[in-house]
Amino acid sequence: MSHAAADWTRGEPGLAYQECRACGQRWTFARRFCPACGATEVETRAASGRGTVHALTTVARAPSAALRPHAPYTILLVDAAEGYRLMAHGEGDLAIGDPVTAHFAPFGEGLIPVFRKDVP
Amino acid sequence: MSWITGVGLTPFGRLEGRSTLDLMSEAATEALASAGLERRAIDGVICGYSTTLPHLMLSTVFCEHFGLAPAYAHAVQLGGATGFAMVMLAHLLVGAGAAERILVVAGENRLTGQSRDSAVQTLAQVGHPVYEVPLGPTIPAYYGLVASRYVHEHGAPPEDLAELAVLMRANAARHPGAHLREPVTAAEVLASKPIATPLRLLDCCPVSDGGAAVVVARDPGRGGVRITGAAQAHTHQHVSAAPSLTRFGAGDSSARALAQAGRTLGEIGYAGIYDSFTITLAILLEEIGLAPRGGAGRLAREGHFAPGGPMPLNTHGGLLSYGHCGVGGAMAHLAEAWRQMRGEAGDRQGRVPAVALLHGDGGVLSSHVSLVLEQAA
Repeated sequence: MSHAAADWTRGEPGLAYQECRACGQRWTFARRFCPACGATEVETRAASGRGTVHALTTVARAPSAALRPHAPYTILLVDAAEGYRLMAHGEGDLAIGDPVTAHFAPFGEGLIPVFRKDVP
Repeated sequence: MSWITGVGLTPFGRLEGRSTLDLMSEAATEALASAGLERRAIDGVICGYSTTLPHLMLSTVFCEHFGLAPAYAHAVQLGGATGFAMVMLAHLLVGAGAAERILVVAGENRLTGQSRDSAVQTLAQVGHPVYEVPLGPTIPAYYGLVASRYVHEHGAPPEDLAELAVLMRANAARHPGAHLREPVTAAEVLASKPIATPLRLLDCCPVSDGGAAVVVARDPGRGGVRITGAAQAHTHQHVSAAPSLTRFGAGDSSARALAQAGRTLGEIGYAGIYDSFTITLAILLEEIGLAPRGGAGRLAREGHFAPGGPMPLNTHGGLLSYGHCGVGGAMAHLAEAWRQMRGEAGDRQGRVPAVALLHGDGGVLSSHVSLVLEQAA
């Protein structure tokens, strides 16, 4: 499993996903094998950062005192253009189905992906 | 075949000064009395977990405290589905001959045993530690995501979901042990403070102290209720990895439990359905087939789920109003179903049901357990 692609979960401004070389399955949570077929030929790839809003919620009540100053903030599930789904933040007025693109911003103790609506 | 021969249920709410072990003991004492059993008659113990008493061996901590020396004991962890998973396990164990009479017990001082921040943070940790938790989600946020998709796909107005909160509160008003008994209107639900859109405060269950216990036995004892079907389904853990946000494992799990019992949905006379949020209850009712897609709230408004209606639902008030103390939360649904089936539900008693369906979920609609209960033939 290579770490060639930058990823926000390691403090880098990028979105990585994994793809199985055997069956083509794509997924978000990194692991050393394919969760669909079990093959160990897994490639870590850089995503484009483009996607579509699948679900969204605006959190008014943050889980900790450290995050409370950030509230309200919007959490999204995004269907990435590459065919996998991820959780991220959203910015601006968003609705399910909106095309969005990621940038990266500090939040809490790290850097997180934040999606904005694409300007047509 | 197994029988539920006794139940114990403490009041839920703010129970100052009671520990996890106190609450487990109170519920266990009542369950044993209800079954007419002495401690020595119990040869198996299954317990859940407690966030205020995290321990590697909670079952034997409890046994030592309560004065039991069973031949079989351990804890089970499956989030909100734990209560019914424990009962299913006890059902299988007595069927297999591993024990004769199993005490299934849960309790937690989830409200007074920790700060609210601590409770919210502990629960939020069911999210993925790397890919979700750093984004600051909460349990209501995970369910808010699901609710946004529900509203999008089914077009159900928020007033409809609010009806489920109204019904649970109306039911709780008839139960002296309920945490929240003040009636609410749909307008009040819709005007309550936002927590994680579209969910508002009154769409969410409270955090409570409480305990619950049941005895699952091979023999009917003095008027038990039979468990005739039990099934589970597990499709994911984290909401980011859910195969769908509108179809979960509830339909699969409940269909298999009903098939095992040789029953159909049309024969169900009482429903005890997990209701951590109004959206949870709506999705489960609809997926199980007790309401059309997008129609659970509308049916609630029409009185379909009222105690005197065609499908009485969580007549004790559910998690939304009887309260939620963790593992004991869903066991209260079972205690109430048992009382309804024995005609012992007092002011809340509807037509005595011959067959009841119970369904619990854990995680973010991740883990499902369904039970079918029946009167003695």
